[in-house]
Amino acid sequence: MSPIPADSIPYLPRGVRLHRDHVRARWVLLAPERTIALDEIGHAILSELDGARPFADVVARLAAKFDAPAPQIADDVSGFLGTLRARRFLELA
Amino acid sequence: MPVPPPIAMLAELTHRCPLSCPYCSNPLELAAKAQELPTQTWIDAFDQAAALGVLQLHLSGGEPAARQDLVELVAGARAAGLYTNLITSGLGLTQARLEALSEAGLDHIQLSLQGTDAEMADRIGGMKGAFARKMKLAQWVSEIGFPLTLNVVLHRQNLHQLPRALEMAQEMGARRIEVATVQFHGWAMQNRNALMPSKAQADEAAALVAQARQNLKGRLVIDFVPADYHEDYPKRCMGGWGSSGLNIAPDGTVLPCHAAQTIPHLRFPNLREQSLSEIWYHSSGFNAYRGDDWMQEPCRSCALKTKDFGGCRCQALAITGDAAATDPTCIKSPAHQKLQAMADQFAGTEHAPLVMRENA
Repeated sequence: MSPIPADSIPYLPRGVRLHRDHVRARWVLLAPERTIALDEIGHAILSELDGARPFADVVARLAAKFDAPAPQIADDVSGFLGTLRARRFLELA
Repeated sequence: MPVPPPIAMLAELTHRCPLSCPYCSNPLELAAKAQELPTQTWIDAFDQAAALGVLQLHLSGGEPAARQDLVELVAGARAAGLYTNLITSGLGLTQARLEALSEAGLDHIQLSLQGTDAEMADRIGGMKGAFARKMKLAQWVSEIGFPLTLNVVLHRQNLHQLPRALEMAQEMGARRIEVATVQFHGWAMQNRNALMPSKAQADEAAALVAQARQNLKGRLVIDFVPADYHEDYPKRCMGGWGSSGLNIAPDGTVLPCHAAQTIPHLRFPNLREQSLSEIWYHSSGFNAYRGDDWMQEPCRSCALKTKDFGGCRCQALAITGDAAATDPTCIKSPAHQKLQAMADQFAGTEHAPLVMRENA
């Protein structure tokens, strides 16, 4: 997948949602016929997607939250979201 | 090893269905309407399932839309916190009913297709006009905005339609397509002569899917079930017996898979009598093929046993007469050559009328 443009808005489409799995004490992403277990970082990234926030803002907020350089965060987040995009679990507006 | 909680549940709400597909996975002995669980028992089962650890619920049948209380069941499933998927032929769903399902929180729809044109689809489904109604449904699904998976069962008579099925999935706006070569359980066992693909056809389907996955990357996700009579390694059946999924039959019988009742010496409890948790963790039926104590050679000493769990128990029984034997799809099984010879013989049968599924 190509890198995510700074001004595009990544969002979870209908049918893909975050869910707290209480039995296994973790966050998961639920999608058609798939359940993806999320670590703390994955959950933090997806929690920033509100359907309005552009990619650059998502990166800036995560860089502040984790006290890390924005370019490095941008690469990591783009890679993570790119994997979800390839599986049709994430769309760009 | 401790038994993990289940993650997925298939609720077969009814065996009633307007179609009569000759490969239906329902058992030959179908449950009548009078035996079906009432609404509240299903909703209670959804609550129990969520508490047990189930995240994904598949509402299936028969045709689940044959249940008058489908909207109420979906609302109950969502209230329980389950990701709710409707597996449907599309028949029995009006635009108004789809909108009510959307309102009730239905997460996803999986639509079955018996062929890519009316002639094939209506013949295999055993109902004139069914194809046209499915196309109408696909349009409504798209208008409402439901995420859609198209499901196509392939066999000798329709395998050549795979390229068109991939196009149709994209035209309908589906994100996923399931391309499943027919598995021989339930009614399909009556139709092996008519449905078995040839080895060449099976290979062609696998090659087409591999190519399409490349070409459609990021646009259409393709799940593929190969023709396992022609394979050399068995399917990871159910991800291991009683390890990730369970199935509730229309009458409330709780099963490790939809074909488990073909293993005659096993007993499966009914959720009218026991809790889902008791059944999952403690019933003899669910414990029968957990772990590897039950395994024989060549599985027992095989490194792949943690990957494929010995394959399918129901198929082992159907072909070898022993449900604890290695799935004969496996190249290491003593029955492997016999299975391949059977597959070639079935595939070469010229005149084999379809035995259509009866109605419940």
